[in-house]
Amino acid sequence: MEYNIVIGLETHAELNTDTKLFCGCSTSFGSEPNTQTCPICLGLPGVLPVINRKAFDHTLKTALALNCEINDFVNFDRKNYYYPDLPKNYQISQNHFNVGNNGSVDIIVKGEKKRIGINNVHLEEDAGKLVHPEASDAGHSLIDFNRAGVPLVEIVTNPDLRSIDDVQGYMHTLRNILQYINVSDCKMQEGSLRFEASISLCRKGAKVFGNRVEIKNLNSMKAVMKVLAYEISRQKELLDKGAQIVMETRLWDEVDGVSRRMRTKEEAHDYRYFPEPDLVPILVDKKSIDRIRETIPELSAMRRQRFTSEYLISDYEAGILTESKPLADYFEECVKLTIVSPKELSNWIINDVLRVLNEKKSHIQDFTISPKMLVDLIEMKSEIGGSIAKEVFSEMSNTGKDASSIVREKNLTPLSNAEELNFIISKIIEDNPKAIEDYGKGKKSALSFLVGQTMKITKGKANPKILIDIFREKLENNL
Amino acid sequence: MDIDPREIDNIAKLSRIKLDDAEKVKFKNQLVHILEYVEKLNELNINNVKPIFYTSPLKNVFREDTLKPSFHRSNILNISPSHVNGFFKVPKIIE
Ligand SMILES: [Zn+2]
Repeated sequence: MEYNIVIGLETHAELNTDTKLFCGCSTSFGSEPNTQTCPICLGLPGVLPVINRKAFDHTLKTALALNCEINDFVNFDRKNYYYPDLPKNYQISQNHFNVGNNGSVDIIVKGEKKRIGINNVHLEEDAGKLVHPEASDAGHSLIDFNRAGVPLVEIVTNPDLRSIDDVQGYMHTLRNILQYINVSDCKMQEGSLRFEASISLCRKGAKVFGNRVEIKNLNSMKAVMKVLAYEISRQKELLDKGAQIVMETRLWDEVDGVSRRMRTKEEAHDYRYFPEPDLVPILVDKKSIDRIRETIPELSAMRRQRFTSEYLISDYEAGILTESKPLADYFEECVKLTIVSPKELSNWIINDVLRVLNEKKSHIQDFTISPKMLVDLIEMKSEIGGSIAKEVFSEMSNTGKDASSIVREKNLTPLSNAEELNFIISKIIEDNPKAIEDYGKGKKSALSFLVGQTMKITKGKANPKILIDIFREKLENNL
Repeated sequence: MDIDPREIDNIAKLSRIKLDDAEKVKFKNQLVHILEYVEKLNELNINNVKPIFYTSPLKNVFREDTLKPSFHRSNILNISPSHVNGFFKVPKIIE
C-alpha cells in the first residue's frame, strides 16, 4: 500500500561559547570527568544562575537566520523531570516565550526548492553524561556533569518534511546555516549536533494521520536517516497488516540498527513547566535585533547564486566553494588579490587545495597556504610552467614556505636566466643533429637524451620538466 | 471540591515518593484545602488584568562569556553519597 509520510525534526546544536549557560565553567570537550563543574551547574541549593550574553545573542542570531519572528518578551521555564543526568531535577529551558517563532528555511531537494516551517527556536541547557559500565552485572551507572549547563539552541520544525530526502536536505542546510553564522561548530563526533524525530504515516487519500512515534538520542545525521528508513518500513509493515501504530517514544540502537520502545524515563510527558523564578525575563528591542542582524553574513544559498553570476563559475563549482564559509571567504580573498580569472582560482581551490585538505584531514582555516601565497604561485605559473607549479604547490602545502623561496631554493627558475638557457639549448640542438633527426622520426628517447645533455652542461640547475617543454616547442616548430 | 485519588498517585510518582494508603488520604485532604484556598481567586474579576510572570522589576540581566575557575573536583565529589574514578556513582539506570 502507498503511504504519505510526515516527519518533524528537533535539532539541538551546542553553541560555541567559552562558558556554560548560567556559570563560568568551561565548555571545552574531552576534559577529565567532573572537572568543569561548580555549585551552579550542579544545582546546589542557594545558587543563582545568570544568563550568558553570548549564548543568548547566538540564539537570537539563529532565530533571525531562520527567518523567525522575534518575541519582544522572552523568558525561561523549568522543565521538571527526574533523571540522574539532570542535577537539579529540572532543566532550564523555554516553553512559553521562546526567542523566535514561525520561521522557515528553504531547502533544495532533487533540484526543487521547498520551504520548511520552523515552529520555534529556543535556548536551553544540556544535561550531564551518563556512563554505563560495560559489565552487565555492574549495579551502578556513572555520571560526568561537565556537559551539564552547556548552552544548546533547539530548533523545532513544523511537520513539513515528507520524505527522507527532505530530512537530509533540511539537516544539511541547517548545519550549513549554523556554521555560516558561526554559532555552533556542529561537530558530530563531539555530540554538538543531536536530533529527535517524530514520524507518522497514513494511507494515501486518508484524511487522518496515524499515531506519531518519537525517536530520541539521534547523535548524527546518519543515525537520523537510518532510523527513519527503519521506522518507515516498520510502520508500513504494521499498517499493511491492518495493525495500529502505538504512540510511543523509541530509541535508536546504533549497533543492532533497530529502534526500540523506550521503557523508562518520562513515560508520562508531564514536565510541569513553570517560569524559572531564578532568572529575570529578557526584553528584546528593535535595537538589539538590528545589532544581531548586522552580524549575519550572506548565507550560502545566496552566495552560491552570486558566485555564478559575479565570477562566471558553474553552479556546481559555486556549490563546492560555498559549502563552508571559510572556504568561500578564502576563494573571494584570492579573487580580490589578483587579476587571474576567478575560474582558474576556482579550479586550483577545488582540485588542489581541497585535495590536500582532504588528504591531511584538515580545514581551510588551518591551511598552510594563505590566499596571498596561492595567488602568488598561480601568477608565477606562466613563468615556471604548469607541472612545476603543481610541484611547488605541494611543497608549499608541506612546508608553509612561499612559492618564490621554493622556486629559488630548488633552482626552478630556468627563465630567470632565460637567455643563458636559450643559448645552451640552441647549442645542444646544433651539436646533436642525429638526435634531432631521431626525434623527427618519432623517437621519443631522443628528447631524454637532449634533456640529459642540457642537465650535464647546466650541472643539474635546469629543471628537466621545463627543458622537455622547451625542447618540444623548439623542435616541433623547427626553431 | 475533591481530587481524584489517581491524581495523588500520579503526583507521588512524578515526585518519586512512596505514599502508603493512610498518607494518600492525609495528603489528598491537605491538597484539597490548599486548592480551595487558592480557588478564592476565582471570585475576582480579572478580565482586564494582564498575567504577571515575575514580581521583580529586574530584566535583561546577563553575564559576559568569561571563564571562571570551576570547583576542585574532590570537593564536589566528596559531598556526594558515592563516587568512583572522578565520576558520580548512582544506582544502575536501565534504558
Ligand atoms: Zn558551573
